[in-house]
This record gives sequence, structure tokens and C-alpha cells, in this order.
Amino acid sequence: MGTLNAANTMIQAAESGYHGPSMAEFFPAAFLFEGTPFEMNRVMLIRVIATVAVVVLLAVWAKRMKLVPGRFQSAMELAMEFVTVGIAEDTFGKERAKKFMPLIVAIFFGILFWNVTKLIPFLNMPGTGVIGLPIVLTLTVYVTYHWAGIAEKGLGGYLKDSLILPGVPWPMHILLIPIEFITKFITQPFTLAIRLFANMMVGHLLLVLCFSATTFFLVDAANGFQFFSIVTFAGGFFVFILEMLIVVLQAYIFALLSCVYINAAISEDH
Amino acid sequence: MTPELILASAKNPLLPAWYDIIWSAICLLIVFLVVWKYVLPAFNKTLDERAERIQGGIEKAEKVQAEADQALAEYQKQLADGRAEAARLRAEAQEEGAQIIANMKTQAHAESERIVAQAQTQIEAERQTAMVQLRSEVGTLATDLASRIVGESLTDDQRSANVVDRFISDLESQSSAQPVKGA
Repeated sequence: MGTLNAANTMIQAAESGYHGPSMAEFFPAAFLFEGTPFEMNRVMLIRVIATVAVVVLLAVWAKRMKLVPGRFQSAMELAMEFVTVGIAEDTFGKERAKKFMPLIVAIFFGILFWNVTKLIPFLNMPGTGVIGLPIVLTLTVYVTYHWAGIAEKGLGGYLKDSLILPGVPWPMHILLIPIEFITKFITQPFTLAIRLFANMMVGHLLLVLCFSATTFFLVDAANGFQFFSIVTFAGGFFVFILEMLIVVLQAYIFALLSCVYINAAISEDH
Repeated sequence: MTPELILASAKNPLLPAWYDIIWSAICLLIVFLVVWKYVLPAFNKTLDERAERIQGGIEKAEKVQAEADQALAEYQKQLADGRAEAARLRAEAQEEGAQIIANMKTQAHAESERIVAQAQTQIEAERQTAMVQLRSEVGTLATDLASRIVGESLTDDQRSANVVDRFISDLESQSSAQPVKGA
């Protein structure tokens, strides 16, 4: 915390000048339970708010569900079918998808809402921009696919299926088994977590960079530099539109890759 | 943004704090439980009900269609039967009518022949009777008339005319009093 405070003092020292984006934004000061494992800061609060929002939305939808849908229900059904059919059933097949459906749906809608807070005024921070949430999501998927593979084939069968590629001359296995092991047990989860985290963090930093520069050029910069505020604002606006796409895309990619990894673990063939 | 500022936070962004993990796990768990226990069952139930309703509607429509087809076929069959029956009855009636007319003709022919024959017989009989009667009476009449004519004064024309008139009226009354034989 000491270093964080030091960063804050530095920011304050630079108050009169340009406010650049800072990693400190992802680790704001705690306001509840400081020092405990339940320490609550601004980012954690944003996660909780997004969680409440997605739970309320889904619950209200489920509660008011009718045989003949209205507009709200139709739109939600469309979104839900995008996940259940477009992501899960297309990867697993209809029967096997049922078992993993709650996880995939929770992952998609959860990530979508935890991402989208970065675009909402006054929140302005992705819940997935701090590494804890991507790690928890990835661990959940990681445990699920190993567990499902072992449940399906037994420990030996699962390891054999996932590490030994069929139809390869045996000396090649000296090379391939470590590669497969690294892929399945290290690279896949690592990339899954980092992809989401880095996208969200960098997107936020880009937005802050563009809009803080706009403010700087407009308010603090010397006369004649005001023009650049138009450029930086246009850049920020472009990034904002791009981020609208990315928040959905990252939720989609995470859910889809989760399906692909689980399916690879339980499938007979490669 | 200066590199020093980022480094100053000295927080490795890839190493999570415990509170970060805990809050993430709580949030994910809540979303997962709500989706698993409430949202997906409700969604699947609605989809199943909807599919069932649509399926039921289709089946019902098919049933109604089949019933209608069957009823139509039945009506057409009944109609065809009715037509055939009517045609049969008409043919029968025509045949029967022709039969009746033929019978009547035969009967009428026979009757007319019978009547004609009877009339001829009767006429013949009456003629015979008249002939016999005439034969038996002509002689008597002639003698009777002659005797009367002789018995009366032949000078009196008036009387003579009365005699003849009386004779004739006697003749008439005699023939009317005596019924015709064979009538």
C-alpha cells in the first residue's frame, strides 16, 4: 500500500499538469474491510454492481417469461440462444452441451457485464481489468475441462488422449508430449486469462489516455494547442466504439474457447 | 503517462491480491448459481412448452384436416350412392310405367273386343227375336186387320181412318208391353 500511496502523491503533485493514465487506477484505495481478504475498493464494487445488474436482468427475464414473448423477452431469448446454440451446442452437440450449459451461460453473461462497466459513465472501469477475475474464470474452466476429461475417460485414458497424438512415429513423442503438456496445462489457461485481462486493461488505458489528453489540450495547454483536443477526442471516440465491440467479442471468445477446451478434453478423437 | 508512474505503483498486474480473487469468486458464483438454478431451467421450460404447443397445434390441424378429408369422402360417396339410387329408381319407374301402359293397352283392347263381341251377339239375338216375333205376328195382324176392315163400313172414311189408327196404336202398345227378348 505504501507504494500505491506514493503513486497517488505523485499524481497529486502533477495535479496542475497532464493526468496520464496509471496502473494505480486498477488498485484504488480500499474503503471497506481494509487489510482483510474481503477488502473492498472501487473496482471490486464495480464488479459487485455489474453482478447485481446481470443477475437482476436475467432473473426478471426468467420470472416474466411467457409462452408468447414480448420485446424484452424476445431480445433476451435471442441473446441467450446466441450462447446456448451458437456457442455451446455448436461446439459440443446438443446432448453433451446440457451438462456445461450453466457454466458457459454464466461465463458469457458475467464477462459481458463485467466488461461493459468500462463504457458506463461514472463506473468507467472494467471489472475484468484486474487480473483476479480472469484468473478465477480461467481456473473454473481449467478445473472443469480436466475434471470432465478424467470423468469421461479415467485419469490414464485422459492423459493418454490429451498428451499422445495418434498417428505419429514414436520418436516424435519425445518432442510432442512435452509440447502437448505445456499447451494443455499451461499455455491454454494462461492465454485464456491474459487475453481477457490485457484487452480490458489496455482498452481502459487507451480511453483514459485519449480523454485525459483531450482535457489537457482543451484546458491546460498553451494557446494554439487546443486544436489537438479535436484529434484526441476523435481518437477517444473511435476507441470507445471499438471497445463496444471488444467487450462483446471478448465475452464471446472466452465462452467459445471454454467450450472448445472442454470439448477437446471429453472428445474421443482429436 | 510516464514509465516511472507505472513502476511506482510497483504492483505486478499479473499477480492478484487475495481480495481480488475472493470478490471475483463470489461474483462468478452468484452469476453461476442464478443461471444454473433459476434462469436456464425457466428458459428451457419455456422453450419446451412453446415447442409442445406448436407441435400440438400442428398435430391438431393435421387431425382436423384428416377428419375433414374423411367427411368429404363420405359425403361424396353418399352423393354418388344417392345419384345411383335415383338413376336406378328412375329406370325402374320407366320400366314399370311402360309395363303398366302395355298392360292397360292389352286390357283395353281385350275389353273393347269383348264389348264389341257382346254387342254383336246382342244385336244378333235381338234381330232373331224380332224376326221370330214378326213372323209369328205378321199373319195374325194381317188377318186381324183384314177382318176389321171387312167388319166395319168401308164407306165411312172417317171410321176407316180411325180403324187404321187404332190398329197401329194397338200394335205399338203391344210391342211396348211385350219386353224385348234377350235384352
